[in-house]
Amino acid sequence: MIGKRMGVGTIKFDRPPRVRAWAAVGGKKEKEGPLGQEFDHVFPDTMCGESTWEKAEMHLQKVAVGMAANKCKLPVSAMDMVIAGDLLGQCVASSYAARGTQVPYLGVYGACSTMAESLGIAACMVDGGFAQRVCAVASSHFCTAERQYRFPLAYGGQRTPTAQWTATAAGACILTPAADDCAPVRITHVCFGKICDLGITDANNMGAAMAPAAYDTLRTLLSDTGTHPEDYDGIFTGDLGEVGSRLLCELFEQHGIQMAEKHEDCGKLLFDKKQDVHAGGSGCGCAASVLCAHLLPRLANGTYKRIILAATGALMSPTSVQQGESIPGVCHALVLESGKKG
Amino acid sequence: MQYIYAFITGGIICALSQILIDKTQLTPARILTAYVVLGVVLTAVGIYKPLVDWAGAGATVPLLGFGYTLAEGVKTAVADSGLLGALTGGAKAAAGGISAAVFFGLLTALLFKPADKS
Amino acid sequence: MDMTPQEYEQLVEKHCKASPLGKDMLWAFVIGGAICTLGQGILDFWKAAGLDEKDAATATSITLIGLSALLTGLHLYEKLAKHAGAGTLVPITGFSNSVASPALEFKSEGFVLGTGAKMFTIAGPVIVYGISASIIYGVILVIFGAV
Repeated sequence: MIGKRMGVGTIKFDRPPRVRAWAAVGGKKEKEGPLGQEFDHVFPDTMCGESTWEKAEMHLQKVAVGMAANKCKLPVSAMDMVIAGDLLGQCVASSYAARGTQVPYLGVYGACSTMAESLGIAACMVDGGFAQRVCAVASSHFCTAERQYRFPLAYGGQRTPTAQWTATAAGACILTPAADDCAPVRITHVCFGKICDLGITDANNMGAAMAPAAYDTLRTLLSDTGTHPEDYDGIFTGDLGEVGSRLLCELFEQHGIQMAEKHEDCGKLLFDKKQDVHAGGSGCGCAASVLCAHLLPRLANGTYKRIILAATGALMSPTSVQQGESIPGVCHALVLESGKKG
Repeated sequence: MQYIYAFITGGIICALSQILIDKTQLTPARILTAYVVLGVVLTAVGIYKPLVDWAGAGATVPLLGFGYTLAEGVKTAVADSGLLGALTGGAKAAAGGISAAVFFGLLTALLFKPADKS
Repeated sequence: MDMTPQEYEQLVEKHCKASPLGKDMLWAFVIGGAICTLGQGILDFWKAAGLDEKDAATATSITLIGLSALLTGLHLYEKLAKHAGAGTLVPITGFSNSVASPALEFKSEGFVLGTGAKMFTIAGPVIVYGISASIIYGVILVIFGAV
């Protein structure tokens, strides 16, 4: 072990930063999904009372950050840093949401992996002592994503069975140093992933494009820490969807590791099959809201002792897809532990 | 009887296109473009006209029929005014459809609000 | 990753559900056929109203385009299209939908740069290549006519 790293690519925190508070907000479809009751706030109207979809997404992010800060009984301006990301070009939803907060702002882009990326960076910032209170947040909106990456909403197109549904949701977490005893969840390890591209060009099959990245990062994390899937209460990938999840389990199986029993996918958890989302949910807000609505509360109350969140992202742009480029995937993984003893 | 021919012909053209959508990664814009060009070609070689005579709207309503309109327009215009007709004939014949699409598109934008998919 | 793109492609194919082709084709057949039958009805109506063959055909296209733009604005066309697929894409109503939907969607970027500029993002190529093909056909006719 050199410095704070172990193995080939895992960061280990000796004094794990903590997650003090969190909030998840979502739209109508998310409310109707299996996790609908667990969101802190849901908007019945996906326009969120704004005049454009982009403003609606900014609103989602603002509300998520505000609610998370509120749970710490702090104003947003008391944060040392906001690390935020979304799917829009130039990350505008995040920058505009942070406008007026008077808090130093870092915009990150990791497609659907953004929440793990921002949490990972935030954890490093806190561990390094560069900040005491960092807000990590990510959002996505079905309508902004559709109009940017696919077709106008009123266009009569058919979605393929492998297509995923961008979540209209945001999740925000506030990280504090290890000394903060009130914070119920700890981040013990972070593994930032490499870009993996096995030549998938179909933008309607992002699960397949991201599964190799998820495999690569999880494999690295498990071997660096010397752990096995059984050592965790769950391994949650961020929106591989149906297809990507099957591929991930198969890849592990080919290498003699049984993943299927412990593996869950945020994209499959967020929506019910009956909701006509095809292969499952996706978007930065998918992993972010499932983490904040579903996983962190269970870590806080001790239902889960230790889990992995491995959020995956497909890093293409509409231009690169039109130029026939294949889709690079990335996956960032975090080990989260319940802060409660026993 | 004409209605049954129209139904069957239109239905078959659409069902065949569905194979392209499901079995290839062709985007809708590519399929539509291919259909219009194919309509021009089929009309040029003399296959499409008999189909239109038999199936009526079943052959003119699918986008192949848009190609048919363009090609027929060019044919008439070339007979009337030669090379100039080659340039004006297609657009002239399709003018009604294109103008309607532009104008009704604009009206839609003026009168309605974007909404989420549910 | 110790796997080649080719090996991975095979694995992906194994795990992907194919589109339900039979069901999709049936939907496309029924809805596509129904739109054409409606077109036939409109055509007969315009003929009965006294238009000649050619004008009646143009009036039919315009009527269908107008209806489709209206359904697009009411967000009904997309709901039908989800099931109908090619059945709503291939008829002239699909062309109209592909013009009206970006016109509506990009209204938020203004009527000039949004609605006006984005109107033909999907349908533009259809006009570009349709008209170009017709011109080539016309030139061929001119050459052969001159021989």
